[in-house]
Amino acid sequence: MIYIPAAVDVAALQDTTLLNMGIFGLFVAVTMVIVLRASRNNKTAADYYAAGRSFSGSQNGTAIAGDYLSAASFLGITGAIAINGYDGFMYSIGFLVAWLVALLLVAELLRNTGKFTMADVLSFRLKQRPVRIAAAISTLAVCFFYLLAQMAGAGSLISLLLGISDWGGQALVIMVVGALMIMYVLIGGMKGTTWVQIIKAILLIAGAAVMTLWVLAIYGFNLSSLLGAAVETSNNPNVLNPGLQYGKTETSKLDFMSLGLALVLGTAALPHVLMRFYTVPTAKEARKSVVWSIWLIGLFYLFTLVLGYGAAALVGAETIKGAPGGVNSAAPLLAFYLGGPLLLGFISAVAFATILAVVAGLTITAAASFAHDIYASVIAKGKADADTEVKVARRTVVVIGVMAILGGIFANGQNVAFLVALAFAVAASANLPTIIYSLFWRRFTTQGAVWSMYGGLASAIILIVLSPVVSGAKTSMMPGANFAIFPLSNPGIVSIPLAFLLGWLGTVLDKKREDRSKQAEMEVRSLTGVGAEKAVDH
Amino acid sequence: MGNSARTPDVAASADFEEVQATEQFKELRRRHRSFVFPMAVAFLLWYFAYVLLADYAVDFMSSKVWGNINVGLIMGLLQFVTTFAITGWYVSYSNRKLDPIAAEIRHGIEGHEFDKAGNRVGGATP
Repeated sequence: MIYIPAAVDVAALQDTTLLNMGIFGLFVAVTMVIVLRASRNNKTAADYYAAGRSFSGSQNGTAIAGDYLSAASFLGITGAIAINGYDGFMYSIGFLVAWLVALLLVAELLRNTGKFTMADVLSFRLKQRPVRIAAAISTLAVCFFYLLAQMAGAGSLISLLLGISDWGGQALVIMVVGALMIMYVLIGGMKGTTWVQIIKAILLIAGAAVMTLWVLAIYGFNLSSLLGAAVETSNNPNVLNPGLQYGKTETSKLDFMSLGLALVLGTAALPHVLMRFYTVPTAKEARKSVVWSIWLIGLFYLFTLVLGYGAAALVGAETIKGAPGGVNSAAPLLAFYLGGPLLLGFISAVAFATILAVVAGLTITAAASFAHDIYASVIAKGKADADTEVKVARRTVVVIGVMAILGGIFANGQNVAFLVALAFAVAASANLPTIIYSLFWRRFTTQGAVWSMYGGLASAIILIVLSPVVSGAKTSMMPGANFAIFPLSNPGIVSIPLAFLLGWLGTVLDKKREDRSKQAEMEVRSLTGVGAEKAVDH
Repeated sequence: MGNSARTPDVAASADFEEVQATEQFKELRRRHRSFVFPMAVAFLLWYFAYVLLADYAVDFMSSKVWGNINVGLIMGLLQFVTTFAITGWYVSYSNRKLDPIAAEIRHGIEGHEFDKAGNRVGGATP
């Protein structure tokens, strides 16, 4: 007999706080033991950043799914579909199709040419200093936006689960989450982080699968009746049609295009995803990991379609919007409706774990980028030994952790998927043109790379600051102010083409030519894997 | 910078410009690009066609096909299908057309070959 209350009583959620905390505590305890075991042989920089390149393609693929299926995917997309219907589904499609860019154009070539960070690849055949600094700065910027989104998700979840709506209480819990994350990364390095991501991916996908089957079972495994019920509850047939959120005006339609562009081009330029390709021994394993992650991620996004419309049908958009945590609370509320306190506890623990794992992955990427690209290559001019570099990386972890905690305390209420889409736009603008040009365009020069990276980064961030996201609307971060002269909330449609254009312009106007032999070396290495393969045979 | 995860780079002294100029390498590059470039263009066009339809052809996307399932939903699900299909296609193409030739060139540069058990079985001189 399935326990189905007539309506979701949000206030009743708080009675389950202890259970939620218990399940979450169990997850933390189990993963901490694994992280401690994994970290026993963390000795070199390659161990710390790239987990000694010891993971198999399927393990890494699961970890990539764990890294990628963030709170944005689970809480954000489910909420977006529950409230905005079809327009929310667009996130799922964009986030998935984007993996083809990574699979076809980036993953293997990058695995063959780099060592630890994205900057390794970008500066391979160009001038080290300027390109490395630019790549490190854009890595830090993208990680910061992504962290902000995850922390906003943590805030939403906490306010829902613990019923803590006062600022101080939420801040305290965000601090606890942040402190845990710092511990994972400090102790476990990339290996520990990868294991946390693998465990979390399995739990998340399994939890979503159970909920999906449950929702479908309620409607006799008939998708059409589920959709019909969503229409009935929301009293709006348009939840099944495109345009509910973005179809209102010509500007919002353009915004939708901009979002679509940022989603599909962002993934292959996300530094924390790119860094994962270095944890496998060969390009073939890198390919295998992308294939695994495409299957897992695709499957999960199919689940979100059912979960989103399920939440719309069973919980109802009004209840979701009214709950503490707002849009982001659709998935936990649906869990509560289906399985009562126990399923809610499990799903919330999984959501917490999701945030923890993604934040850990972002933090180690940002720390590696700072220590490896800025400290070792620029400040110490290549003279730092690996031990010092890892020491710097560990200190950076603490600094970034503290920044994430502060950011999380201040970023609240925005849809997590939406915030992540901004990180995608920044990544696609700042990184993708240079990645593509340096892999495929022989003539590409340092000036082109620097123009494209700084131009893309600056235009994306400036347009976000001048957009309705920051000011001029009720939902803005600063609703009181109004300096929103850029009408779109996602800058991708302007900043991504601009960055490609700047990369081309900077190159054709550059009087200097790059080292011909370096280009040959990069091309041969990227396609054949010479020097990067076979390491496992010895 | 330490890079202890890898064995000493046997390719460090190779003349990459020479390798790049060989017919074998040009063939590898041609095979790689003749697959990934058209495929990337194709899926991006298909994806943006879908986004444009969802954005500007709302009535068409909203037309019901079966029960509450409309054209938009079917096209969205087709995006999943094509993504999975292209993934599978690329993997089989790389296994057949790219990996063998890449391995040959790699062995040529590294100056030796390994059999399946990892034993050295001779090969070109470096």
